[in-house]
Amino acid sequence: MMDNKSLISKIIKSEGLYNFKRNPFAIAGALIILVFLFTAIFGPHMVSQNPYDLAQLDLNDSYKPPIWQEGSDPRFILGTDDQGRDMVSAIVYGVRMSVTIGFCVTIICMIAGTTLGLISGYKGGRLDSFIMGLVNVQLSFPSLLIAMLVLIAFGRGVWKIILALAFSGWVTYARTVRGTTMSEKSKEYVEAAKVIGFPERVILFKHILPNVMTPVIVIATLQIGTVILSEATLSFLGIGIPITEPSLGLLVAQGYIVLFSGLWWVSVFPGLVLMLLVVGMNLLGDFLRDEFNPRLK
Amino acid sequence: MLFYVIKRFIQMIIVIAIVATIVFIFVNMLGDPAVLLLPPEASPEELAKARAAMGLDSSPWEQYKLFVVNVIHGDLGNSFVFREPAMKLIFERMPATLEIVVLAMFIAALIAIPLGVYVGAHPNTFASRSILSLSLLCISMPTFWFGIVLILVFSVQLGWLPSSGRGDVVIVWGMRLSFLTWDGIKHLILPAITLAVQQLATQLRLTRAGMMEVLRQDYIKFAKAKGVSPHDVLYGHALKNALIPVITVYGLEFGGLVVFATITETIFAWPGMGKLLIDSINISDRPVIIAYLMLASMLFVVINFIVDILYTVVDPRIDLR
Repeated sequence: MMDNKSLISKIIKSEGLYNFKRNPFAIAGALIILVFLFTAIFGPHMVSQNPYDLAQLDLNDSYKPPIWQEGSDPRFILGTDDQGRDMVSAIVYGVRMSVTIGFCVTIICMIAGTTLGLISGYKGGRLDSFIMGLVNVQLSFPSLLIAMLVLIAFGRGVWKIILALAFSGWVTYARTVRGTTMSEKSKEYVEAAKVIGFPERVILFKHILPNVMTPVIVIATLQIGTVILSEATLSFLGIGIPITEPSLGLLVAQGYIVLFSGLWWVSVFPGLVLMLLVVGMNLLGDFLRDEFNPRLK
Repeated sequence: MLFYVIKRFIQMIIVIAIVATIVFIFVNMLGDPAVLLLPPEASPEELAKARAAMGLDSSPWEQYKLFVVNVIHGDLGNSFVFREPAMKLIFERMPATLEIVVLAMFIAALIAIPLGVYVGAHPNTFASRSILSLSLLCISMPTFWFGIVLILVFSVQLGWLPSSGRGDVVIVWGMRLSFLTWDGIKHLILPAITLAVQQLATQLRLTRAGMMEVLRQDYIKFAKAKGVSPHDVLYGHALKNALIPVITVYGLEFGGLVVFATITETIFAWPGMGKLLIDSINISDRPVIIAYLMLASMLFVVINFIVDILYTVVDPRIDLR
């Protein structure tokens, strides 16, 4: 067992951290993610209203422009929508939803995909052909189509969209982990563990798993951004998050309806925030991918 | 080779059968279309009559058997709303979708490949870094939001381009086409750009990665040592091999864009098959949803089949098993 102190000193002395500190894009990505995590956790307690509690809304406040335009209201920095919702508050609640869904889906995919990949790569045979057959079929369809299919069947809802996106996102992990597991299982440490007589479960999750985690972490970082975008897209199309719940995609859709009346702020700001969040995830994900890819060194 | 083609063909049929079954089961989990289509004050007798008219009064197993027979005959039932064959509705709208998809792929390739070659060959210049950062922005951008921003700038503010519909169309072999009239082209520009942006960024990064990978190889070093001009090394020796991964994903990306066009069509009120799907979901028009899902899945399965076969033709090193 490695004690915490040596782990921390190992991280501090590592090449990865050295490269991270010298890469302004990676630092920017990490900072953006930190700001968004902070917003998702504490933001809803800091904004002036709960935009999804109808009792707190006043229709007299509807369609106020952002603060630098004429006819604005100092209470609403980025203006209000058709129901008098403060855009800042609505965006903060939307960010919380995006981040929650992004992390939930990624964690579910990571656990399911990695487990199936480990088993598939270690056991081989019929089980392997079955799991990989499933993976290959699913990979030949765009994930948006698969998510749409699930949502068409089950209807709109927060848990349903998590399910739909998880259903379409586990395959990448399974395929990568299976490949790595197959090359790991012939190595001496696995042979040794077998000879000692450890049960398969222990060999898989205690010995092989730590050695396949590197690509898994890279895929996960890059996946969070994709998941967040997919959720927003499905919600925008009206088959994702129900209108009673906060979502950046739905806000853009509401703004789209009133776009031609010159009310541009309802759709522009939520989309901008969404883009910034995904940029942060992709910046960090790109850095991790280059860092862990031995072929680029 | 022939054995491989036959084997892949049989696999393709199996996948289509599985997809058909999944689509059938999933779509049957939707609410009762009779309740959704008839006015709320309809009596139970009227509801029963409506269900019988739509073939929904028999057991799920009977319905499934009928569905399989009909699929083999290419008949996916009549739309509950338009009272016309679902397949016909989708085929009518397909040219509109293909039009923006093809144009988007064309725009993307035209810009992405030269830029990707440049960025891959000169990775450390300021221009390369800017292009790469810009491509990251494009990948991170929600497509629907980008379309809305385009409408805001070019339709609402500047008034240069229309924001919805197809404009004037010309009928060629029964297909309604927009790109043959000036008004139609003006309607095409914004949807095609919206659809192209993410594709452009993905292709650029793929070309760049391929280029960087190829340029490290020995035969390039050898060509340089031999005294081949840098320009010929880049475009003669390197590009050919760098493009193999780009071309292989091209087919798959085409299918992806057909599905992604759903978003673009919704924003620009473009009367393609994607918009038809979203409209049909909103009114629970089951046959149309099934027809769309079946057709889209078949498109992917067939594209995959063709790509696999072509792949083995292009690259003889691939083992056929």
